Amino acid sequence: MLVDLQGPWNPIFGRLGLLLEVHYNNPVLFFAFELSVVVGVILLFWATCARKWGYIWREWLTTVDHKKIGVMYIVVGLVMMFRGFFDALMIRSQQAIAVGPDSPGVLGAAHGYLPPYHFDQVFTAHGMIMILVAATPILVGMMNIIVPLQIGARDMAYPYLNALGLWFTVVSAALVMIALFIGDFSHAGWVGLAPLTELPYSPGVGVDYWIWSIQIGSIGTTMGAINLIATIIKMRAPGMTWGRLPVFTWTSMASNIIALTSFPVLGVTLALLTFDRYLGTHFFTVGLGGDLMMYTNLFWIWGHPEVYFVVLPAFGMLSEIIPTFSEKPLFGYITMVIASMAIAAVSWSVWLHHFFTMGAGPNVNAFFSLATMLVGIPTGVKVFNWAFTMYRSRIRFDTPMLWAVGSMFLLISGGLTGMMLAVPAINYIVHNSVFVIAHFHNMFLLIVYAAFGAVSYWFPKVFGFKLDERLGKRFFWFFTAGTLMVFIPMYTLGFMGMTRRLDYITHPAWQPLLIAEMVGIGLYAISIVYFVLQLVVSIRDREKNAVGADAWGTSRNLEWATHSPVPFYNFAVTPIVHDRDEWAWRRQHGLTSLRPDHYVDIHMPKNTAVPLILGMLSLAFGFAMVWRIWWLAAVSAIAMLIVILYRSFDKDTDYIIPAADVERMENEMLARGNKVEQAGGAVGSGAYAAPQASAKKHQGD
Amino acid sequence: MSSHSAETVDPGTAALWDYEHHGHDPISTRTLGFWLYMLSDAMIFAALFAAYGVYVRNAAGGPTAADIIHPVYAMWETVVVFSSVFAYGLGMTALKRGSRAGVINGLLAAFVLGLVFLGMEYKEFADLLAAGAVPQRSGFLSAYWTIVLTHGLHMIIGLLWMFIMLIQVMREGFSQNVVYRLINLKLFWHFQAIIWVCVFTFVYLKGVL
Ligand code: HEM
Ligand SMILES: [Cu+2]
Repeated sequence: MLVDLQGPWNPIFGRLGLLLEVHYNNPVLFFAFELSVVVGVILLFWATCARKWGYIWREWLTTVDHKKIGVMYIVVGLVMMFRGFFDALMIRSQQAIAVGPDSPGVLGAAHGYLPPYHFDQVFTAHGMIMILVAATPILVGMMNIIVPLQIGARDMAYPYLNALGLWFTVVSAALVMIALFIGDFSHAGWVGLAPLTELPYSPGVGVDYWIWSIQIGSIGTTMGAINLIATIIKMRAPGMTWGRLPVFTWTSMASNIIALTSFPVLGVTLALLTFDRYLGTHFFTVGLGGDLMMYTNLFWIWGHPEVYFVVLPAFGMLSEIIPTFSEKPLFGYITMVIASMAIAAVSWSVWLHHFFTMGAGPNVNAFFSLATMLVGIPTGVKVFNWAFTMYRSRIRFDTPMLWAVGSMFLLISGGLTGMMLAVPAINYIVHNSVFVIAHFHNMFLLIVYAAFGAVSYWFPKVFGFKLDERLGKRFFWFFTAGTLMVFIPMYTLGFMGMTRRLDYITHPAWQPLLIAEMVGIGLYAISIVYFVLQLVVSIRDREKNAVGADAWGTSRNLEWATHSPVPFYNFAVTPIVHDRDEWAWRRQHGLTSLRPDHYVDIHMPKNTAVPLILGMLSLAFGFAMVWRIWWLAAVSAIAMLIVILYRSFDKDTDYIIPAADVERMENEMLARGNKVEQAGGAVGSGAYAAPQASAKKHQGD
Repeated sequence: MSSHSAETVDPGTAALWDYEHHGHDPISTRTLGFWLYMLSDAMIFAALFAAYGVYVRNAAGGPTAADIIHPVYAMWETVVVFSSVFAYGLGMTALKRGSRAGVINGLLAAFVLGLVFLGMEYKEFADLLAAGAVPQRSGFLSAYWTIVLTHGLHMIIGLLWMFIMLIQVMREGFSQNVVYRLINLKLFWHFQAIIWVCVFTFVYLKGVL
């Protein structure tokens, strides 16, 4: 061993001996464990009884279809968001009850029910999960599904790499979940405060779990970024010029450029920390030439661009939803594109606003303050563009639109509080207070709103039926009530001086607001029930809610120019693009038929289990590194290398669907679509008929 | 509604579907992807160089850059790296001519020269170890080892890749897969030479100043 470890280590089991010291009698852990095991067993049981294994293996686990990969990304993101929500529930309930010197404690805690060490792990896991394995996968999944459809591509540029990215993300989530049961998680905040993350201050395996989980997941995200950028550059259908690229695709491009350039910096940061913890180097240690602020700088050089990595796709989603439900083209397309790219560019030069209080001096602070405020300009442009799109339009408040408008409000309030934080003088007062927490939750919630809007907006495209509107609206309103009840009090508490990460509150005057937040979390919990109910009811009523190609009747982009649900080859024949809003153009001219003159052969990639295997090996590798089981780490690393080499010799990776088969499948789908349209299923609000009628007239004159 | 489109299309005669469209050209798509990957790799080195700039002053009373760095030796390493890249380049001109033997010879020469480089680096670090200038000694040494060995690790991967390509060229000849991999490896190998130039300039030459 290169470093002095506290506690046992042996060559076969590594540090697993530490497990004997974990407190498994803690009922909180026990509940989490039971819930996961019960859900897991039910799922396994169902799959076995229903003889679904073959189906799951063929259709999902080994797939290279970008839509299915996207769906799996989103499912992983939603499940992890649920886990992160539980952590939030614990933070809020702990803070609501652990107030004042006389507040009692249970379960071994002096106050409340979470001992400080456990509480610290809870908020670390919450932050890390929500950003890296909930929000990021949901957005990446959405980009995966929609971008190829919007540009008229048959697939991503590298389908195999795409699957690999998914499985690395899954491994990242799996490591966090494993940490819940086997060992513990980091207690140093999701930003990994140095030198608290150094071995002497965090001698357990928690920080190692945090490191390896993020490291493996971020490799997956970087691969996904390469894939999406190359797809957008290389795979566009004829006529899809840069000036006609849908805005969601543009923001995906901007976002992935950020990911491609910033995630490697995170990788380096974590690697240097790994060297400190595993090899005893002195990057971020106190003394012997280590530099703690170096960690903070490097982390936020990734961290700030990362927040724009997640916010830009959300902006793109709003730019798709708002025009569809305003029945109007997006206002200011060009400025929207420029604003996205400008945000991506400026986001790189503001990282130091996360530590104005470091003592860098007035000039440095002034520079970063101004740079931060610059971001507000393109963001403002976007808000105005959406507002002008809605101005004097026929707005319909279907659920996606509700989420989109909610998201805009959150963007405005979050952006304004961000501006306040960007003033160093104010920042000195509120830094590390819950005001900052309220600000960034405000921003993340805007992403969540946009994502939920996007899920309900594109759901019918992917699955062929709409989500239940009535329950969807309840979900929205309860969620919004929760947002208001939690975050207005939180902003207020920030002004009252409450600092972040408190497991025990000394100041009883804060309690009413903390209880209000607790109520808000309850409202969120109710909204989750409606969400699940919505899914269940919609799946039950899927026949009734079936839709045709253009699910909303007023959709605008190319993704609506193929069947719903989208066949695995996306477009039977590659569409030619004539207009910025191609589908709106076709609808206007009565060209909505999806039947081309004839069909041709289609070239497709074959399913492969290799990405799944590599993912599982990387899970073994991550687990081995966390517990310092060197032999297992070596074996799994070598196995990964062998699998990669084996794949490089495989020449049988594609196949052809003959034109006759395409025709047969297309006929089935056209028949289904016609049936749905005759039943009136495709019509959201009667809007479908109107433009078509006017189109006929237009064609005549 | 469509007044914002650049040119007007006659909807009566507009072609809606492209039957001939075969998507992308696989070799150029894969090369683009590799360029993108290299951009991310460049960011890794950029972060390491930035960090090195901070740590170079943090010798913590141990050996400083001037004590352990031998720029003349590093210059010979540079010569070896560049010869290897040159040999690979010759191999690639043979690829244009379609000469399998030419490619194999170029790859072999590049491979051997790469091995020589790694051998020289090995000796350098063995000397450092013997002198007690280990990465655990100070922030400066941690950064020094990390940056040079990260480049070294890339060189090892490049050699492994070259080895695989030798086998694949012999077995498959110039199939599409082999050709794009040869092109990507060319990019990778040139890129490592460029990174080495940065290491040489910022670590070795600046180190003695
Ligand atoms: C107009 C745009 C924005 C401005 C002006 C802004 C400004 C700031 C400033 C100055 C801080 C540092 C506060 C402190 O610690 O003292 C901060 C923190 C933060 N912001 Fe923003 N921000 C903006 C947008 C965003 C977006 C889009 C997100 C995420 C999607 C975001 C997420 C965060 C997070 C996570 C933190 C706290 C990090 C931590 O210390 O744990 N912000 N913001
Ligand atoms: Cu920031």
